[in-house]
Formats: sequence, C-alpha cells, structure tokens
Amino acid sequence: MTRHPATLALSDGTVFRGESAGFLPATGVTTGEFVFNTALSGYQEVITDPSYAGQVIAFTYPHIGNYGVTGADDESPHPWCDGVVVRELTARASSWRADGDLEAFLIARGVPAMTGVDTRRLTRHLRVHGALAGAFGHADPEVVVAAAAAARGTDGCDLVSRVSIQAPYERGAGRYHVVALDYGIKAAMVRQLAERFRLTVVPASTSALEILARRPDGVFLSNGPGDPAALPELVAEVALLVGRVPIFGICLGHQLLATALGGSTFKLPFGHHGSNHPVSDLATGRVEVTAQNHNYAVDVAGLAGVRVTHVNLNDDVVEGIASDERRCFSVQYHPEAAPGPHDARYLFDRFETLIADAAGEGR
Amino acid sequence: MGRREDLRSIMVIGSGPIVIGQACEFDYSGTQACQVLREEGYRVVLVNSNPATIMTDPSMADVTYVEPLDVDVVAEIMERERPDALLPTLGGQTALNLTMELVRAGVTERLGVEVIGARPEAIETAENRELFKAAMSEIGLRVPESGFAHTVEDALAIAEGIGYPIIVRPSYILGGAGTGIADGVASLRRLAAEGLAASPIGEILVERSIAGWKEFELEVMRDRADNCVVICSIENVDPMGVHTGDSITVAPAQTLSDVEYQAMRDDAFAVLRRVGVETGGSNVQFAVDPATGERLVIEMNPRVSRSSALASKATGFPIAKIAARLAVGYTLDEIVNDITRATPASFEPVIDYVVTKIPRWAFEKLPGAAPVLGTRMQSVGEVMAIGRTFAESLQKAVRSLEQGRLGFAAGPNREFSGVDDDELWYRCEVATPERLYALHEMLWRGVEPDDVARRTRIDPWFVREMSSIVEVERDLHGYADLASLDASTWRRVRQKGFSDTQIAAITGAPLDAVRSLRRRHAPVTFKTVDTCAAEFAASTPYHYGTTEDESEVSTSPRDRVVILGSGPNRIGQGIEFDYCCVQASQVLRELGYESVMVNCNPETVSTDYSISDRLYFEPLTPDDVEEVLRAEAAACVDGARVVGVIVSLGGQTPLKLAHSLDPHLVLGTPTRSIDAAEDRQRWAEICRELGLSQPPGGVATTLDGARAVAAAVGYPLLVRPSYVLGGRAMEIVYDDGDLSRAMGNLTGAHGALAREGGVSAERPILLDRFLEDAIEVDVDAVRDHAGEVYVAGVMEHVEEAGVHSGDSACALPPQTLSPTVIETIGVATRRIADVLGVVGLINVQYAVKEGEVYVLEANPRASRTVPFVSKATGVPLAKVAVRLMLGATLAELRAQGRVPAATPHPRHVSVKEAVLPFNRFPDVDTVLGPEMRSTGEVMGIGETFGIAFAKSQLAAGTRLPDAGTVFLSLADRDKSGGVGLARQLTDLGFTLVATAGTAAHLEAAGVAVAERVHKVSEGGRDATGLIASGAVHLVINTPSGRDAAADGARIRHSATVNGVPCLTTLAAGLAAARGIAETRAHGWRVASLQELTG
Repeated sequence: MTRHPATLALSDGTVFRGESAGFLPATGVTTGEFVFNTALSGYQEVITDPSYAGQVIAFTYPHIGNYGVTGADDESPHPWCDGVVVRELTARASSWRADGDLEAFLIARGVPAMTGVDTRRLTRHLRVHGALAGAFGHADPEVVVAAAAAARGTDGCDLVSRVSIQAPYERGAGRYHVVALDYGIKAAMVRQLAERFRLTVVPASTSALEILARRPDGVFLSNGPGDPAALPELVAEVALLVGRVPIFGICLGHQLLATALGGSTFKLPFGHHGSNHPVSDLATGRVEVTAQNHNYAVDVAGLAGVRVTHVNLNDDVVEGIASDERRCFSVQYHPEAAPGPHDARYLFDRFETLIADAAGEGR
Repeated sequence: MGRREDLRSIMVIGSGPIVIGQACEFDYSGTQACQVLREEGYRVVLVNSNPATIMTDPSMADVTYVEPLDVDVVAEIMERERPDALLPTLGGQTALNLTMELVRAGVTERLGVEVIGARPEAIETAENRELFKAAMSEIGLRVPESGFAHTVEDALAIAEGIGYPIIVRPSYILGGAGTGIADGVASLRRLAAEGLAASPIGEILVERSIAGWKEFELEVMRDRADNCVVICSIENVDPMGVHTGDSITVAPAQTLSDVEYQAMRDDAFAVLRRVGVETGGSNVQFAVDPATGERLVIEMNPRVSRSSALASKATGFPIAKIAARLAVGYTLDEIVNDITRATPASFEPVIDYVVTKIPRWAFEKLPGAAPVLGTRMQSVGEVMAIGRTFAESLQKAVRSLEQGRLGFAAGPNREFSGVDDDELWYRCEVATPERLYALHEMLWRGVEPDDVARRTRIDPWFVREMSSIVEVERDLHGYADLASLDASTWRRVRQKGFSDTQIAAITGAPLDAVRSLRRRHAPVTFKTVDTCAAEFAASTPYHYGTTEDESEVSTSPRDRVVILGSGPNRIGQGIEFDYCCVQASQVLRELGYESVMVNCNPETVSTDYSISDRLYFEPLTPDDVEEVLRAEAAACVDGARVVGVIVSLGGQTPLKLAHSLDPHLVLGTPTRSIDAAEDRQRWAEICRELGLSQPPGGVATTLDGARAVAAAVGYPLLVRPSYVLGGRAMEIVYDDGDLSRAMGNLTGAHGALAREGGVSAERPILLDRFLEDAIEVDVDAVRDHAGEVYVAGVMEHVEEAGVHSGDSACALPPQTLSPTVIETIGVATRRIADVLGVVGLINVQYAVKEGEVYVLEANPRASRTVPFVSKATGVPLAKVAVRLMLGATLAELRAQGRVPAATPHPRHVSVKEAVLPFNRFPDVDTVLGPEMRSTGEVMGIGETFGIAFAKSQLAAGTRLPDAGTVFLSLADRDKSGGVGLARQLTDLGFTLVATAGTAAHLEAAGVAVAERVHKVSEGGRDATGLIASGAVHLVINTPSGRDAAADGARIRHSATVNGVPCLTTLAAGLAAARGIAETRAHGWRVASLQELTG
C-alpha cells in the first residue's frame, strides 16, 4: 500500500502528522467532528454504526484491523462515519472469520482514513477541549488546516434523515408486534428484537398515526446520530406515542423519549465512546459494563413522573429512565452490544415483559 | 455493601520461597493485600517463610511470622493469634494448598476461622480435574476430552471416541518422558505402549490434542454482589503446548474479533460463577482452534496468579489490592480506581499500547536439562515491555532480558546465521528459549511470514509484525549515510522499537552520532499507563517510553533520586534486590525526595506504581536509562534537580549500567571502588596493603596462563569469570584435565561468556586455590562518608567453602566461630570498607580454616543476604544504606535510634536455607557447588540453632524425619567427624545404613550400622535402590573430590525423585541431628518478628 504524508487539523488549529490510508478523496481532505473510541475490539461494528454519521472516529487502541472484516459484523449496509484515524492500520487480516482486510473495506466503502497518528495525544486533546470539528487528508497542510477551521460539528444537525431507511421492512416472527423507528438503527438491535418479536422497521419520518395504524404491541426507538435538540419533529411524534403503547428507547431513542417526557438534553464535554462504561442499575445495585456511544445526555430536570433507573458510575450521567405509568423506558447505552459486553441484554427481555403485561391488562 | 464489621483480625498466607512457577508476583500481591487490610483497620497476621520478601518487612503487618508454611506450624500460629479470617487467595498455590490442608485437618473449624476470598468448595472444584470437567459440562462449556487408559487397547478405544490427533501423557512421570502426539492408530499404538511402560503405575492419560491451537487468558474479578469484570485479556504468541509461564504473551488479545472476545468473556464469567469464586480475582484459560474458532476451557485459578500480576502491571489496575477489598466485603463500585481517583473500580480497563512478556530461563545453570519447552514451566523469571505497537514492545522486551541481545532484530551478530535451513526450520518449530531468534533468522533469510506461521503455528499476525521489524532492519543496512535520513524515517525506525545501540550496531555508525541524530529527529516521549486510554485524567505517574508527538511526564519542583532495579528474576539475582530497591524508594519518600523507579520485571513490588513517585517501566539498558534521566532532568522546575542514581541495590544489573552514567550521579560508593573490588590485581594489592590473607591465585585469559597459575598455587582451584553474579560458570577443578576443560568452556567462541563479551584482559578468568574443608563466612556492613562502619551481621555457612554462598545454608549469629575470629573478621571488614571508600552497603566473604581468616571477595553493594540480616537483627539495612548515601552519618542515625550502637547479638538464631529447582529438572545433578543454582530462600528462626535449622529445612520443603533409617556415605575427610553425628542419630533412635567404607569407620568407633550397602557403581543392593524402596528416611552423603561424584549424583537424584531429605555436608548433618533433638524436646516454638526484634 503506498502511503502519502497526511495532516490532521482540529478547528482550534492543533495539527497532527500521519499518512493517508483507506479511501483517498479527490479533494485530499475530509472534515467531520472528531471523537475517540476506547474499545479494544469491534472496529468494524463501530465504523458501520450509523450513530457516527458526521464524525471522524479516532481509535485509541493502536493496532486496528488485526482480524479483518466480515459481512457478519456490519451494523449497517454502509459506514456513515466521515473518517477513521488510527495509530497503526494492520495491512492483512488474521482470522478464520475474515472475508477481507480492513483497508480494502475502507476503500470499497469510501471511508477515508489516516494512520501513524499519535492518537493518544489526539485523545488527550479531545478530552480537555471536547469533541472538536476538524479535517484530515493528504492535501497540502495549509489546505487541511483551512478546512478544519471552517469545519463544524454536529450541534444542531439533523443527521437522522441522512441515515434512516426509505421504506419499511419486516423481520422476526414473535407473538407481539413491535414497530422500530429507524433513526440509524444498528443491525444488532434488529437481531435482538427479531429474536423476540414480529418486527417492522420503519423510517424515522414515520408519523405516530402511521405507526399506530400498524397496531403495534410496542414501539422501539433506535439509536442514531447527531444532536437530539435538532429533531423537534421526531420528538413531537414520540410524544404522541407515549402512554398509548409500550416504548423502549436506546441512545438517541432514549434522548428523544426523555425530551418527549418533558426533559432536555445537553452536550457532554467529550462524550462516552467505548465498551467499558460501568452503569449502576439503581433498582438492584448491580453494575453492568456497557457499550456506549453518545455525545449528548439527558437532563432530568423538568421530567415528571419519571424515575432514573440507571446512572453512569464514572460521571453520574443519567443512563436510563422509566415511567411505569406511561409504560416506557429507555437507556442511553447499548444493551445490544456489538461491539461490547452482553451484560445489559436483559433489557430486551424487560421490553417483552412490559409488552406482555400491557397486552394482558388490555385484554 | 461495605466493609465487614464482624472481622477484626485477618491472617494472610504468603507463598514461601521463590521457586519455578511461584516468584515475586506473590510478594507483590501479598504486600498489596497487607497494605489494604491495614488501611481498612484490620489487624493483619502474616505468615511467610521467605525473608527476602517485602511483605515480611515488619512494618507491613501487625504481626509477622517468618515460619515454615506447614500445617502444624501454621496451626500453632493460629492458636496463638486467633484470627477471625484467613485470606488464602493472594499467596499462590502454596497458600491455597496450605489452606485446604488446614480445612481438612479441621483447624479452621476448631478455631472458628473463616476462609475468605474463595470458599474451600470453590478451590476444590477449580483444582480437581474431574470436578472441574463435570462443572464445565454442567454449564455447557467444553474442555479437551480425555480418559485414562491402562492398556493399549483401552487407549485406542478412548481415542476412537475423541478423534485424532491424540496426546498421550503417562501418569506420575517427571520431565514429560513418554509424552507424545499420535495422529493415527499406528502411532498411538506405539506411543501408548511406550507411555504405559514409562508410567510407574502403568497408566496414561489419552487426551484430544490441541497443540497448535491459539491460547488466551482472561483475568477476571467478581464481587459479592455478583458484579463481574474482565481486567485484561492476554494472548500467547506460542500456541498451545507450551506452558503459559514459558510462553511469550501479549496483552491485550490481538487476534480476536469482538464477537469472539465477548463470547469468551461470557464463558469466563460463567466459569467464575459455577466454580463459585465469590470475591476476588481469577484467571480462565482458553484454547481456540485457529481454523474454526472452536473454544475450549483449559483451566481456571480461583486466586491471583502470575498472570494477574502481569495484568495489573499491563493495565495499571491493581488486582490484588482490589481482591483484598472485595474479600472483606466491598463491591467493585464501592472502590475507587486509584489511577483516575474519580471513577470506580467496577469497569474494564482499556489500554492504548501493547504489552509483551518474555520469560527468562536458566538452562545454562542446569547442565543436563534439555532446553525444550513444554507443559511444565521451567522459566525462572520474566520481563515485560510496553510499546505503542507489538513490534516496539517485542524489541523492548528482548533487550530487557539482559542476555546480550540488542532486540528482536539482532544486528550483525545473528546467532543462527551459521545454521542451515533444515536445522533452522527445526529450531523454529520446536519451542525453546531461542525459538524467537530462530524466527528472526528465518525471516531475515526472506522466508514468507505466512510460511513461517504455517509451520510454527504461531498466528500469522504476530509473524507479520515480526517481519515488519526485519524489513526496517534491512532498510537500516541499506542506509549509506544516517545524516541524510529525514525525521519520518527516524520515527519509523524508532516506532519499530530499535534502540540507538541497535541502530549503531546494524549500520556500523558510531553510537554518539546515532544518538544525536535520533534525538534531533525522533526524541523519546513518555506516555502514561492509566487504565482508560486517556479517557480520564490520570494521577498515576506510571510511564513507558516510545516515539510519538507528546510526552506526559509532569514537572515538579522537588529534588528526585532515580533507583535502577534488578530486571528479570534469574538464579543469583532475584527478589532480595527488589526488596532493597523498594526499601530505598520508601526511605527516599520519607526524606522528602521524589523517588523514581526504573525496572522491567512485572512480578515485582518495585514495579507497583504506588511504591514510587514515578515508575518508568523500561528496559535496564544504557540507552533507555539515559532517556529516563533526561526526561527527569527536563521535568525539574524551580531549581529542582536529579540528585543522583542508586545503582548498588539492584544486583549486577544496575552496577553494569553505572559505567554509562555520569560518575557524579552515582550515589554512594563510587563506581571505581566497585571496579577495584572486581579487578583481581587491584583487589590483591588492596589485601596485601591491608595485611589480609587471601587464598593464593592469579588471573588468566588463556589456558597456558591458567596452567601457569595452577603450577604456582596448586590444585584444587576455583575457576570463575569476573563480573558475573551467582557464581555463573564457576567451578572447582582438581587437575590439569579439569582445568583445560573448564577454560575451554569459558573461553570458547560459543562458551558460557560468548554473548557477554567473552574473556579479555579487562575481564579475565580468576583462578584461586580452593580451601577444602574451610568454613565460609558472609558479612554485611554499611559505612558512612565520615568513615564509620557498622557491621550489621556475620553469617556462618552451614555448607563448607566451595558451595556458592547463595546455595548454602547460613546461621546468624555464627555458631562455631571463636570470638577472636569474629573480631578479626569485623576489623578486616572495616578496613576493606575504608580503603574502598564505601558509602552504603558492602558484603565481604571470608573462609576460615584452622583458625586462620582468608578474604575471598568483597562486593561494595547490596548482597543477597541484606533482607535476611535485616529480619534477623531488626535493622532495615537497605534503608540505613540509602540514608548514608544521601549524606547521613551513622552517628546521626544512632542518635535517631535507626541503628544500634554495635552489631546486634540476637538471642534467637536465624538460619537461611536455599531452595533448589531440582524437582523440576530431574536430569540435573543435585550436588551443590560454586555455581549458584537455587531460585529462592527461606528463613528459620528458633531459640536454638537446631530448631532454627529444622525450621529452615521444613520451610524449604524437607521435613526432617523423627524416626526411621538414615543412610550415611561420608567422604574420607568427614569420616572421623561423622562418628559423633552417627552416635547422635542412634541416640535419637535412628537406624543407620552406610556404604562399606563409612560403615567400617563407624563400627570401628563402636557405632552400630544395621546394613552395609554397595556403592552404586558396584551393582547389587545399592543406595539408590534402598532409597527408591522407601526404606531410607534421611540421606547424609558428603561428596569428596571428583571421583565420588558419579555415585553421589545418582544417590542425590534418587533422593530428590523420592522426596527423601538429602544433606550433602557433615555440617548440615550435624545441624539436622540437633534440630531433630531440639524440636522433639521443645516443639516448633513459633514467634513473630515483632516479638523477636521489637
């Protein structure tokens, strides 16, 4: 693989060196919001997670690509992230599961990348200064720096409409029917739901009325990219569903539900991106190690009739809420894992119980 | 849930002497446990027989028993101390086994002592093969299928059910004899027959072979609320078939996708829950088929282990500390991560670097042992290195080993360059200590990495990364002019882990030029180990060097002192030096300096980041140490400075480094004095000037020179190289033939010293007249800059001169030396310390023969006996030495009550005994000689010498018999002295058997001998047969010269194999007889250090 010297610049003017890798854009420069992810494994799932739309992912673990890629690990048909930054991109895969090398995958899927970067310095910078917009590429350094200065982050951006599907599809064959709103849904969520329910995945733009017309036993609000505050229309539809049907939300779905219940969201300094976040289940006192990927979090002030069910033990961020009365609950983290620990998969069972209870009472 | 309030006093059991498979890692875990439990306000009762440990420092526990780890002894201690609980999971297999014995003997129940950390049933399930297998199948996990066979037909039937390939392991054999892999019926038929013949009980284990599968290990923790976390994943570079302790391992796992990793994580937790480890750390080992991903559980340990020490150092997450808190009731979320000090311990550490561990073996010390690695661990130590990439950490690890290799890329002197391709393939395919370097040669020859991977079954990812190092090595060979290289090229070379010295060796450029160019283009940066990949601000000062954009060493306005550690454990240099370094760090902090530790041994307490103000986990080479010193100097602000470097507490490793340091930075005794003591001629002059007798001798670099020395001084001669530790390659020669063979061994191109620079005028061979039948004496002393000397301890060896001091038992205070001799030795020690200008520690060895005192050698540095002397006398010698190095005087320390007015004369007797690794190497002769071979030591303390000696034997694993038969075979010189011994033994009720000569002598003196046995070489009913039949309970066999060696070796071998105590000197025999008599009369009489020296 021939490599070209490349530059990475953040909007505050900080510059890093490295080499271009993956897909080489004709302009020689790629912009986005820079975030870091600390997971030691699961790079393919991260790269294909639609929640990263608009973002450039810096992996803190230095060797990325060791075990290649496989179709089985795609979280969506296309990577939605704007770029990937690593310390050391592994040229060739070693795994019985692999059907290709990571770099070939990045090229084929049009993902620009950069290798040889002091990603620890980048991470420390982002930790102190927060997620920053920036640019990288093999164009002249001045060009990259200028692009970085002009780049903007995800604040106020509606990225959901970019990543959501156009037409509904169905999966699974359970007793209950769940409609999942695809704000950027991960394949692992679809798998977890389809194992338990008859599932209809619908575009994010689907209205509450259209959803209710499908006579769901429960509604699932998926993860997705960007700033929840930029999505008032979606919140309005969720608000119409609350109380009428059991709801389970994850990540962006959690933020939209909380907002619909009267809460609000705020941007975290540098977000939670990794597979090792300890979350306390306040009902049991048990700790679950969770996969997380969010820049925004829920502020519970203003929420009435809602209890906080989970908190992040690292920084006390609200990780889960529930309203028994309105039969809805949501979590900020990723119980479907992929990548990440399986500790929180019980939440899908909890959703099933919630639906069954509601169905039982309704009859 | 919080701290348990129903417990007040907790007993912690240590792991005893350092042996193969159980080293400093348990001092690390035990020390952490003691610290935590005391912080929590519990009264800690510690038992450990190993005096060289930091945990047995009297300040670490409320009550410290340096007593044998034996069920009767520990029961006696429990009876005295009445602890509420016993924590067995931090002292290795030794503590776990001892706890199970205490439980089975009903001691814990009788005294109402609760076993915390792991319940006995859980220990049983994890340790018992059959129970474990059943438990695994219950939770749907698979283990390698197997069955026991007693006939070839049985074996074939079992194999039919399992499928080939099959591994055959005979039961109850030592050293893996008869083990093999069968790929079909024919080969199994042959192997099974061989195996059944090899097994003394005619039984073989027929097991599915998974040799060549990938091996992984997860370090996991669980609390009593059932929260489970993985601390670290570890992947072995060597595939299944090599013991994990002997494998090169890497953290984190490199070749597992998240799908596979998470499934393995689920399995590990399932194992933990099923086995029933309620709190604490465990490890679970897995084998993975590289072709299909099929996963088998290999084993689990329900306790902290060597791997958990590695995982703690690799991640910065202190497993033992957390395990101790969990054991007393906390849950993971109630414990703060002491690296971030902001987040809880209930998370899973992530790292942004790669850690590589390489074991260090000692086959060169054990002639006769085949250096092939297998399922039994044989390494004596290990190094760990941290790099941003695997390539960088691998190269750093290789140079950390201190075996003369510059890195994985060998430079111009490739050790396998002369080996043909076929032989080289063999060297790559068979796991040996040198396999890594054979792999390098193979890649250097241009063989495709994937071909190497296929034939070695090492994962292609690792081989390709190794190959990437070779590519850079090739490029380096091609650079005509280093000055023309740009910064990105320098960075690329450095990021593959090449050191300046390595680059200089490969390119032929002068080191100075390489260093200055490299510093300009690719300066070293120090990153931080922080458990979280920089996600949170870290307050830990735990660093490693790499080449990146940014360095993270924070500035400070305080003066600092750098301590150079002792590197990997090896025979001759181990935990005792780590003890000294840790003491140094503690005292530096007390004195208000910042202490800065540099070391690369993951097992140790010194590499616990909380011990020092800053820890650099770096190779101990001139290049790496220089960069640490530069970083420290650069981090000084407001007039702070690097006050100095302590090189005299870590054994030979830092002493060698002293030569590359600015002499003004070396604290304490100047380097030139150290050299003077090592330089044969100068040392002889010093002794002459001081009027001290030395055994006659000389130096030589050639055989002719050696012959000339021999002609002048006569045989027997002690032959040894200069500048080595632990008597490496040292031997006693009795005639010209011996001498020429010994010189050939030392000076040959592939001789014992070849990789250490060989023999030269600067490093000649030393030849001394060997004083037969002399008593050897060791003295540890300290001297201050004003010239006062404090003699801290005089130790009399139990073995005669000629047995390496590290292998010899010794007693403090001396038992047979006259006051005049002791006085003479004290005076001589003072004068030697004076003339060498010692500031700090000095160790002098003497031989006493017929009342005359001879000086053997002086070492102006910490000796192996410093911790023993400290514990025997209650004076923390290493701490005293560091204070002296930093300018204090003994007078001041005396005034502060830190040093007594004169050498203490404790009322109790302390005996140090060596522990030898022979049970691991049944083919090695167990005779003791001038080359040190012990891996560790124990201490026995008693009111009398006999009790102390018996305790030391028991602690070393040899319970002296109370009744039965003693076999005596004495050298001529011992025969008259042996009569008294024989009489004592018969008075004690023992029956004697003896070889003809010994028997004749004893009978002539009126001592009854029940049976005469043939010499081994005479055939018939001989000693080996008698020992094997179980008819002998104690062997006293003293070697005499070279001729009896063959017989003696076989007797000792038989004793070792059959677990019969075997004493090889008359002195040890006499001590044993007294010990048997006195313990019979008085019992063990346990006592704590605090009682004895408080």
